[in-house]
Amino acid sequence: MLKTFSKGGVHPAENKLSAEQSIKTLPIPKTVTIPISQHIGAPATVIVKKNDIVKVGQIIAQSGGFVSANIHSSVSGKVTKIDSFMDSSGYKKQAVVIDVEGDEWDESIVKNNEVIRDCNLSSEEIIKKVGELGIVGLGGATFPSQVKLSVPKGMTAEVLIINGVECEPYLTSDHRLMLEKGLEMLVGTSILMKALNVTKAIVGIENNKKDAIEHLTKLSEKFSGIEVQALKVKYPQGGEKQLIKALINREVPSGGLPIAVGAVVHNVGTAYAVYEAVQKNKPLFERVVSVTGKSVKNPSNYLTRIGTSVSELIEAAGGLPEDTGKVISGGPMMGKALNTIDVPVTKGTSGVLIIPEGESRRGKVSDCIRCSKCVSVCPMGLEPFLLMTVAEKQNYERAEKEKTMDCIECGSCSYTCPSNRPLLDYIRLSKFEVGKIMRSRKS
Amino acid sequence: MSKLFTVSPSPHNYGKDTVRSLMYGVIIALIPTLAISLYFFGLGALIVTLVSVVSALIFEYLITKFLLKKQPDILDGSALITGLLLAFNVPSNLPIIIIIIGALVAIGIGKMTFGGLGNNPFNPALVGRVFLLISFPVQMTSWPLPIQSRMHYLDAMTGATPLGIVKEGIKNGEKVSDLMSQIPSHMQLFIGNMGGSLGEVAGIAILLGLAWLLYKKVITWHIPISMIGTIVIFTGILWLINPDKYLDPLFHVLTGGVLLGAVFMATDYVTSPMTHKGMIIFGIGIGFLTVIIRIFGAYPEGVSFAILIMNAFVPLINMYVKPKRFGEVINNG
Repeated sequence: MLKTFSKGGVHPAENKLSAEQSIKTLPIPKTVTIPISQHIGAPATVIVKKNDIVKVGQIIAQSGGFVSANIHSSVSGKVTKIDSFMDSSGYKKQAVVIDVEGDEWDESIVKNNEVIRDCNLSSEEIIKKVGELGIVGLGGATFPSQVKLSVPKGMTAEVLIINGVECEPYLTSDHRLMLEKGLEMLVGTSILMKALNVTKAIVGIENNKKDAIEHLTKLSEKFSGIEVQALKVKYPQGGEKQLIKALINREVPSGGLPIAVGAVVHNVGTAYAVYEAVQKNKPLFERVVSVTGKSVKNPSNYLTRIGTSVSELIEAAGGLPEDTGKVISGGPMMGKALNTIDVPVTKGTSGVLIIPEGESRRGKVSDCIRCSKCVSVCPMGLEPFLLMTVAEKQNYERAEKEKTMDCIECGSCSYTCPSNRPLLDYIRLSKFEVGKIMRSRKS
Repeated sequence: MSKLFTVSPSPHNYGKDTVRSLMYGVIIALIPTLAISLYFFGLGALIVTLVSVVSALIFEYLITKFLLKKQPDILDGSALITGLLLAFNVPSNLPIIIIIIGALVAIGIGKMTFGGLGNNPFNPALVGRVFLLISFPVQMTSWPLPIQSRMHYLDAMTGATPLGIVKEGIKNGEKVSDLMSQIPSHMQLFIGNMGGSLGEVAGIAILLGLAWLLYKKVITWHIPISMIGTIVIFTGILWLINPDKYLDPLFHVLTGGVLLGAVFMATDYVTSPMTHKGMIIFGIGIGFLTVIIRIFGAYPEGVSFAILIMNAFVPLINMYVKPKRFGEVINNG
C-alpha cells in the first residue's frame, strides 16, 4: 500500500499532456516586464533608474523587509520604464520594463552545466545566499525561501521534505525538472539539509510519475539521508500539511507552521533553484513553465525568463486556440484565471493552462441537497456547506468557530459539489472577514 | 490590449457528479427491486408503481410552477425516486385514489412546503406512507400473496406479513418455534417470496442495489451498516435470552422493510446527517427505535416511524457531531 494523507481528497483527471516533452529554452523576448512583487510579503524596492543598463542576474529591486525577496534582471539591456502594469493577479503593480540587448550575464554567475556536488558553506552562509539571490518557493506560493530556512528560536527542524508531488492536473514542470535536473535537484536538497542542520530528507512523488521516482531513487543512493517516497495519487497531496501527514504521519496543528512538527517543506523547483544559487551564483531569473491544455497544439515545458509575456509562451506552444475561453496561470484546481495574456511570467508561474470556451464556465447553481460530499472530500476536516451558509449570513463569529481559517483553498469542495455551489468563493470571503476581525482583536 | 477572457476564482475544474447523475444512480439501484416486485406481485405492482410515479411527477410540476412559481425540473430524478419509493412502501392492491393521495402528501407536504429538493427535514416518501398508514389502516395492511396475485390488482388474495403473523402469535402466547412453520423459510424471505409492501420483500434485490450505490459512491456504508448492525445486535441479544419469545436477528433484518429502509430510505441525502460519525449515530438510532417499536409497539414493522423520528434529530446531530478537524488532536508519533 502506497502512502497518502488520510482525510478527504479528490481524483481529478490528470491530463498531464506535456509529461513527455523535455524542457525547451524559450527564446529571449525583445522586452520583459519584471514586477517587483512576485512573492508573498512586502514588495521589493526598485534600485535601478530609467535608461540604466543592466546585465542578466543583476539585482534591480531590493528586498523590502524580513518577508520579502530580491528581484534580479532576467535579461541584459536597458531599463525603459518603471511603472504600474497589470500582473497575473489582475491588479496593477509596479514593474521594471527592460528592452533586451544581447544576453550578457553578470560575471559572478557560473554559466557551464557541470554539476558541482560539494558545498563548503556554513548554514548561515547558505541561508544568506538563498536570500540574496531571490529564491522563493516555486510550488506556487512564492514564500521567500530564506525565511523558511531560518528556524525560529526554540524550534528544531528534524526532517526536510521535498515536494515533488505536482498534484495539480495538467502541470508537468516539476516532473520534467526531476527527470532532467534530478542530480542538481538532489544536490540542492543536500544543501537545504545543511542549511537546516537536518540529517534526513524525503522526496515525495506521486505514483503517476514512475519514471521520476525510479530516476531519483537511483540517484539518491549516492546521497546520504535522502529518501525517495512514492505516494498514492490523490489531490491535494502537494499541500504542505497533507504531504507532511502522508510522509511522516504528523499533523501540523491548526494555525501552526510545519516547523511545529519538525518539518520544513520545499518544492523540487526550489531545491533546484537553491542548487543554482549556491553552487553557481545564479539568481532566480528563469523557471520552467508548462504550457498546456486540451486545445493547445504543442503542450510543452519551457525554461522561461521571468518577465516574459504569457502571450509569447502561448505563441511558442502553437498559438492561442480560436475557442479559448479561459487562460489560467497555474493548474486548474488552484490557478488564477487571467483576463488577458499580456501579463508577465513571474517566479510563481508554474504553468499556463488554456481552457476552451465550452469548459470555461461554471454550471448552474442549485440548492444544496446535503449529499455531504464536500464534507467527505475536505482534506482539513471542515464542513464547506456550513461555512458557505454562515458566510452567506455574514455570521463570521460562527465561521471562525467552525475553523474557516484552516481552509487551504484546495477547491476539492467546489470541485465535487453536484449542485455547483460556489463553496470556496464564500469560504474565501469568510476567511477575509475573519482575518480582519482577528487582526483588529490583536491591535 | 488583446481579447479578454473569462475570469472566476479557482477551482476551474469540476467533477462529474451532478444532482441528476446521483439521482439516476439511485434509480438504477432500484431496478432489481422493481423487477422482483413485478415478478411476485405482477399487475398490481405495475399499476401501483406507475400511478405513484406519474402522480408524484405531476404534483411536483404543478406545485413548483404554480405555488413556488419556479421553473420546474421534474426530470432531476428526485420526484421520480419519491414516487418509486412511495410505491415500494405500499401493498400492491392499494386503490389508485389512495396512491394519488399518498403522492400528493409526499410531494406536497413532505417536500414542497419546505421549499423543494434539499430543504425538507423528513423523507417525503415516508411522510406519504405514514399518512396513508394512519388514514387508511385497512387498505394499507392488507397484503396480497406473492405469485398467486400476479394477475390480480384490487381483487388479489391477501394474507398477513410474516412479521404480522409472528407478532399476533406471540401476543397469543404461542412459541416462536411453532410459529416458524407458518411462515416461509429464511431463503424464501431473502428472495422476496412473502407478503408485504411491494418493494420491501426482496432482500437480494435490495442488496444488489446497495452494491451498486456503494460502487458508484452515491452513498457510503455508514448508515446501512450501522442501522442493520444495531438491529442484528439488539434482536440477537433478545433472541439469545429467550428464543421462544423473540425472533432471530436474520428474520428481523429480512422482513418488514429493514433492508429497503436501510439502503434507500435512511440514506436519503437531504434528511440524513452530514458527517460519517453523525451517519453512524443516525443509523444506530433508527435500528434501536425499529426494534423498540417491533417488540413493544403496536406496529409490527416500525422502520418508517424510526426513520422519521431520527430525521427530526438530524439538525441536532449536525450541530454537535463535527468531523475531526485536521490538526485538531495533536497525535504526532
